[in-house]
Amino acid sequence: MVDLALHRPLDGFQTTLELGLAAGPMFARSSLRAGEAALTRAAEALGFDLPQTACRSASRGDRHALWLGPDEWLLLCAQDDALWEALTAALSGEPHSLVDVSSRQSALIVSGPQAIDLISAGCPLDLGLIAFPIGMCTRTLFGKAEIVLWRTGEAQFHIEVWRSFARYVWEGLQATHSAPASADPSRERS
Amino acid sequence: MSAPFRTPVGGRIDRARRLRFSFDGKPYEGVEGDTLASALLANGVHLVGRSFKYHRPRGILAAGSDEPNALVAVQRDAARYTPNLRATEVELYDGLIAESQNRWPSLELDLGAVNGLLAPFLSAGFYYKTFMWPRKAWGRLYEPLIRRAAGLGRSPTEPDPDLYHHRYAHCEVLVVGAGPAGLAAALAAGQTGVRVMLADEQDRLGGSLLSATDGRIDGQATEAWLAETLAALAAMPNVVLLPRTIAFGYFPHNMVGLVERLTDHLSAPAPGAPRERLWQVRSQAVVLAAGAIERPLVFPDNDRPGVMLAGAARTYLNRYGVTPGRRLVVATGHDGAYRTALDLHRAGVEIAAIADVRPEARGPLVQAARDAGLPIRSGCVITGTKGVRRVTAARLSTLDGHGAFASDVVACDAVLMSGGFTPSVHLFSQSRGKLVWDEAISAYLPGEAAERTHVAGAGRGQFGLAQALDDGWAVGGVAAGAARPRRFVVEALEADVKGVAGALPHDRGPGFKAFVDWQNDVVTSDLKLAVREGFRSIEHIKRYTTTGMATDQGKTSNINALSIVADLLDMPVPQIGLTAFRMPYTPISFGSMAGLARGDLFDPVRTTPIHAWAVGRGAVFEDVSLWKRARYFPRGGEDMEAAVRRECVAVRTACGVFDASTLGKIEVVGPDAAEFLNRMYVNPWSKLAVGRCRYGLLCREDGFVMDDGVVGRLAPDRFHVTTSTGGAPRVLAMMEDYLQTEWSDLQVWLTSTTEQWAVIALQGPNARAILSGLVEGVDLSPQALPHMGVAEGRICGAPMRLFRVSFTGELGFEVNVPSDFGQAVWEAVWAAGQAQGLTAYGTETMHVLRAEKGFIVVGQDSDGTATPDDLGLSWAIGKAKPDFVGKRSLARPTMADPKRKQLVGLLTADPGLVLEEGAQIVLSPDEAPPMRLIGHVTSSYHSATLGRSIAMAMVSGGRARMGETLYSPRPTPKGFDTAVQVQVVSPVFYDPEGARVNG
Repeated sequence: MVDLALHRPLDGFQTTLELGLAAGPMFARSSLRAGEAALTRAAEALGFDLPQTACRSASRGDRHALWLGPDEWLLLCAQDDALWEALTAALSGEPHSLVDVSSRQSALIVSGPQAIDLISAGCPLDLGLIAFPIGMCTRTLFGKAEIVLWRTGEAQFHIEVWRSFARYVWEGLQATHSAPASADPSRERS
Repeated sequence: MSAPFRTPVGGRIDRARRLRFSFDGKPYEGVEGDTLASALLANGVHLVGRSFKYHRPRGILAAGSDEPNALVAVQRDAARYTPNLRATEVELYDGLIAESQNRWPSLELDLGAVNGLLAPFLSAGFYYKTFMWPRKAWGRLYEPLIRRAAGLGRSPTEPDPDLYHHRYAHCEVLVVGAGPAGLAAALAAGQTGVRVMLADEQDRLGGSLLSATDGRIDGQATEAWLAETLAALAAMPNVVLLPRTIAFGYFPHNMVGLVERLTDHLSAPAPGAPRERLWQVRSQAVVLAAGAIERPLVFPDNDRPGVMLAGAARTYLNRYGVTPGRRLVVATGHDGAYRTALDLHRAGVEIAAIADVRPEARGPLVQAARDAGLPIRSGCVITGTKGVRRVTAARLSTLDGHGAFASDVVACDAVLMSGGFTPSVHLFSQSRGKLVWDEAISAYLPGEAAERTHVAGAGRGQFGLAQALDDGWAVGGVAAGAARPRRFVVEALEADVKGVAGALPHDRGPGFKAFVDWQNDVVTSDLKLAVREGFRSIEHIKRYTTTGMATDQGKTSNINALSIVADLLDMPVPQIGLTAFRMPYTPISFGSMAGLARGDLFDPVRTTPIHAWAVGRGAVFEDVSLWKRARYFPRGGEDMEAAVRRECVAVRTACGVFDASTLGKIEVVGPDAAEFLNRMYVNPWSKLAVGRCRYGLLCREDGFVMDDGVVGRLAPDRFHVTTSTGGAPRVLAMMEDYLQTEWSDLQVWLTSTTEQWAVIALQGPNARAILSGLVEGVDLSPQALPHMGVAEGRICGAPMRLFRVSFTGELGFEVNVPSDFGQAVWEAVWAAGQAQGLTAYGTETMHVLRAEKGFIVVGQDSDGTATPDDLGLSWAIGKAKPDFVGKRSLARPTMADPKRKQLVGLLTADPGLVLEEGAQIVLSPDEAPPMRLIGHVTSSYHSATLGRSIAMAMVSGGRARMGETLYSPRPTPKGFDTAVQVQVVSPVFYDPEGARVNG
């Protein structure tokens, strides 16, 4: 392992537990682009099928595959996972693109009863459970920053954002918090 | 001090909770539940403003957002000053400071009132006719004069210290307006379980029910029914209630904009609490239950303080416990105003007369008034008022059937008037729904909807309480997709509110003004003049007279104006046309629109992984697109010039280190990667060997240069493409566009890796020596890694892509490491370089160094109209390639015109003189203006290395002018110096053989 200090964009950013905003865990990330022919072999290396439904994710253990496009998945796994090597070997000879984006982006976790209030300050999507069920993931906007929004629980969201935009998203979420809690019906099951 | 016009009991106020406030510096007292308007009226204050054009004294006309007169400014502190608020909507709080507007020196004595005397000259079209000529007077005299007189209120002068939030929301049913129809609609929709939002502009939900004391709903008093209904709605988890929330705009696809006022009503808002929240609500269906707006009567001197809408007077009495006067005249054209007269009569106020324009008034309310002994005059019109700052009498006239008026003057201290009710169709019209004229009630009603919009209650002419409730329930159910039958049992006296529109007949002379639009001071004679001058469409008449064009959007005036014009033209109203209703329904703050987008959150501030280090070293930053880039690293008291000089010398003589992380990067991967690049870039890529780089040039379809950057081949099917800092997003977007729409057959994928890699550029003769102790797995020798080579290995243990490239002309390397390692590797390089004279440099030095070598910056030396050849880069074009983006355009004859502007170098005759970037270039200083401009300076710097100034320029036929002397005029403190001599030279000023990169 490298003996260098790692610097992440949200290093030192802290907020109250009550807010339910935290820098996400470290991940190894890769962007997988591949046609149908490669999917079976990718699934073997991954241990589960890549999601084929638009804007849905699949997970096993610490490995997660997020559908971002008809031939595009964002793969997240633990930093010491040998997924990269396994995929490279499995897909050898198949047309595909596997690109390491571990350092490109950062994760924020927004959780708790205010999660939807916070995210809806800058994200125009319907975050009700019917429109945005647990496991859904999509590219979208928070204010002027592009994010990948992934619902990991009824009141828990995982945000992936390019590192130079992480501070903007964090501070936007935090600034929204000073508002009295609103009562948006998106929070309710319907 | 108790307020003289406050009733002893009644109203939705708390008399025990007294609130102090001031108006124009004078202290008053109101009570909890008051608006500024009700508190002023309780104190007997009617005069609250001066009119826009004639500066006539004006009073409070309405009780809600339709108020055209009572515009006030509220000041909390030096920075919190809000002009043009309607006093009828300003909730009173303890310590409120308000002031009137459009008066000088005071409200009582306003010198602007002289305009009233000049009125004969200030008719419609005054500006168009008067300020035509002399033409020269326009800029110096007329415009400043008009600008000073124009506008209403005074802008706050300090930055807004308040916080504003934005909120997106989605629901199945959004109900706008919480009167009887809106409440019933929300109940019906809420009970189906779908998501419902109910917004109302007032501080309390209830609409007209808040002004009612009589009547029973489902066996309960209205007040009890309202409380129970609100409690039921509040208990539904799927229903959101939003009081103090104005629905200001209806946007496509059922997006409705709301502004929620959060703190304006509080005496001491919590520090940091947001003032307003802008909601952008996307709703499956929208129920508009916005009610109706009472229509004034148009008669001479109808704008005196004390003249008020009858419905407003009822609201002041029943909701705020305030009477508008002691002795009142009621002027009406329908039954509704009798309700007000009866309520006030019961409260002990004398009703001097009810002037009803109808020859014969009938109905239960009229009968009730008769039974109460109120003096009703049928077939009677009001034809004037007396008084200066407050009405003292009304002139009532009876028509004798032969056109003659029998008039008498009735003393009073307030006149309550009502012409009828105009359904509030503003939002429906904004949604592009069709409006249909209803002759029976003299109003436009919602017709065919353009969106999934439903209108309920008075907003579509269902004026009765029972009608509104039933209608709201039915519409709410339909909007929620589950209609269930229900009938409300209402006990109330029903009123016929058909009313009258247009001007009332009168026998007064032309000196008497009958106001149609109170806020813009438009009178009937203005409309007559417009018609006389040939205007036929209301669209033109509106603009000519400005009727309906004030901030109230003609809420009280539009229908009267239409009816007057229709009468004058003897045409039916629909043929006159109807002007469009536009957002916002009532004015909203700039802050609510901006939201969090101010200061550091106005735009994302992008910083590189090495930013913190640069900050620690005292770097001065510049904005490059959204990025902060270190511009130079001053030492001691150095200014930019000194720092750049030192940094340049260090790179040329030892080594410099530069943060190039912002460079755009795209990983192009797939078996067709080389073919894809062949088609995109002008260069050939098939034969580029793995481990080698090439300078790539990208054109648009029109053949003009769009971006450039070095491309390295990491594997047969993998390229590392770099772009300019600002060009990264558009290059990727353009590539994706071609890939998805033109060449979907290619097996290649694009991934942005701009932020994956931190880029540390080491440039200078000592670069190799510095790196050699840090790099593993890469042979740095010139043979193994020559100029334009690329290799993968490790540095300080971190994975690395090492490019041997140079944007300075020196031996150079660009170390790419994953961004997480960027700062640590940079620090390791920095430490290792100290013995080698390593110096950090910024973008300014980078610019000088590249200019010394004649390297272009796309967007600085090129401007979107430069071809590769114009920039001296035709060598990059793969001539043998069958096609690439822009190839066909480059074949056009004009692209080879020898007179095109071409990139050249310029040397000033005076080596100390640095030309201005953007300066024009001419052939001769003696040419008479307009001089022929044959080129312009694109880059210009002082070169420490060369000991003189250098410049790059785009000059017509420039390459054929080598050695020629041209001129570049420059501004001096004394004027223009046209005789600045420049010599055309090659743009490569330093090391023209290019030997140094091979060091």
